[in-house]
Amino acid sequence: MKSLIAFFSGLLIATTAMAQEVAPDVLVKTVTNEVLEIVRKDKDIQSGNTKKAIDLVEAKVLPHFNFTRMTQLALGRDWRQANAAQQKTLTDEFHVLLVRTYSKALTEYKKQIIDFKPFALKPGETDVRVRTEIKQSGAGKNIELDYYLEKSGAAWKVYDIAVGGISLVTNYRDSFASEVRNNGVDGLIKTLQAKNKSGEATSVKQ
Amino acid sequence: MKTTLPARIKSVAAAIATVGLLAGCASTGNPKDPIEGFNRAMFAFNEGLDSAIIKPVATGYDAVLPSPIKTGVTNFFSNIDDLFVGVNNLLQGKVPEAFSDLGRVVINTTVGLLGVIDFASDAGLEKHDEDFGQTFGRWGVGNGAYVVIPVFGPRTARDTVGLVLDVAVDPVWNHLPQDAREVAVALRLVNDRANLLPADKVIEEAALDKYSYMRDAYLQRRRSLIHDGNPPREVEADAEQVDRPLVAEAGAAEAVPVTPAPLVLVVRTEQVETK
Repeated sequence: MKSLIAFFSGLLIATTAMAQEVAPDVLVKTVTNEVLEIVRKDKDIQSGNTKKAIDLVEAKVLPHFNFTRMTQLALGRDWRQANAAQQKTLTDEFHVLLVRTYSKALTEYKKQIIDFKPFALKPGETDVRVRTEIKQSGAGKNIELDYYLEKSGAAWKVYDIAVGGISLVTNYRDSFASEVRNNGVDGLIKTLQAKNKSGEATSVKQ
Repeated sequence: MKTTLPARIKSVAAAIATVGLLAGCASTGNPKDPIEGFNRAMFAFNEGLDSAIIKPVATGYDAVLPSPIKTGVTNFFSNIDDLFVGVNNLLQGKVPEAFSDLGRVVINTTVGLLGVIDFASDAGLEKHDEDFGQTFGRWGVGNGAYVVIPVFGPRTARDTVGLVLDVAVDPVWNHLPQDAREVAVALRLVNDRANLLPADKVIEEAALDKYSYMRDAYLQRRRSLIHDGNPPREVEADAEQVDRPLVAEAGAAEAVPVTPAPLVLVVRTEQVETK
């Protein structure tokens, strides 16, 4: 009987948590703080262990990212040119590249303090920008770090990140387009795979 | 490096002239980057210069100096820069920002011991990033062609003209005693480079082709700066732009000669939206 009550109260809590959607700014803030907390305590990540940083990002950050949308944005109109299997491979490879870049940034900029800008969600909005700022001690101006989120179902998912106004996703658009123009979609897949392989080699070295 | 101001303007102008002459002969199809062949060569030159001299010096500087000193150096040059950030804000009609910049200079030059300590930021006067290139952009001047300039690196045609003005009024060059200024300019360069060291590794990790990654990052960054961090979102619009025939773009462009050099600054009626 006791266990049954526990089960039902557990269920109740779970459903309330699900029904209560997390606001996009709260999501960004919670995840950022959680990740930075771990980075600050972890000596391995601080000394440049990219592998460990990648694991952290995979576990904590990635569930909140929409990689299909990101890949779609990076490819622009070439996305439609790719078949379903190619789209899947492209998404997987782009995923690896972005995670590696993001993890690298995390180990390089570990000492920084993040400021969260005021944010107000207008009713009915499904596409928002949450603005944060990296406070740089001794390097002049702060760096803007913006997260673009889109609501899918009850959850908000990040589909773009901009550092100092530079979108990490659309910054690939021209180089992806010229790769597709010269070597086709498969050529782009090959280039991405080769890039990710060489990245693996460097993170093992460290 | 002991040149006079007119001579320096002349040499920068000469570099631009060369670019203009080469503009006709190398094209790979990207409308933003009509002289890609030349740019890639210049980029390779700059990368070589960086890895042979500038980066090793900056790495040594970064390793040897304690961070309060590096912060002081950054703040010192940032304070000098603030004066012209203020002038540019004024030229762009952003009066409150211009006054804030002036306030920063007054506070940091006095209480902050000639700018070494940035008290103004602690007092809530935010540091801005403005230059003549951004002012032209704000006035509606389009990018023009992307150009990689020796030593200075990525620019657009518009920002190159901005750069000439930035250099022409640079107080470090113009108002420091002759002996001090070479040292000061070198120190500023090394310090700026040292601040960028962490970014290097991230870019190496991210870029498929470093040249185009840097180019597109520069163009996005400038666009964001001109709109003070709030550029109109281009995500979907971009896809349409790719579909548009390139001929239309060339037809809409208006050529305005700005220097005796065969450089043309392409003026496009790009809408600058105010916040």
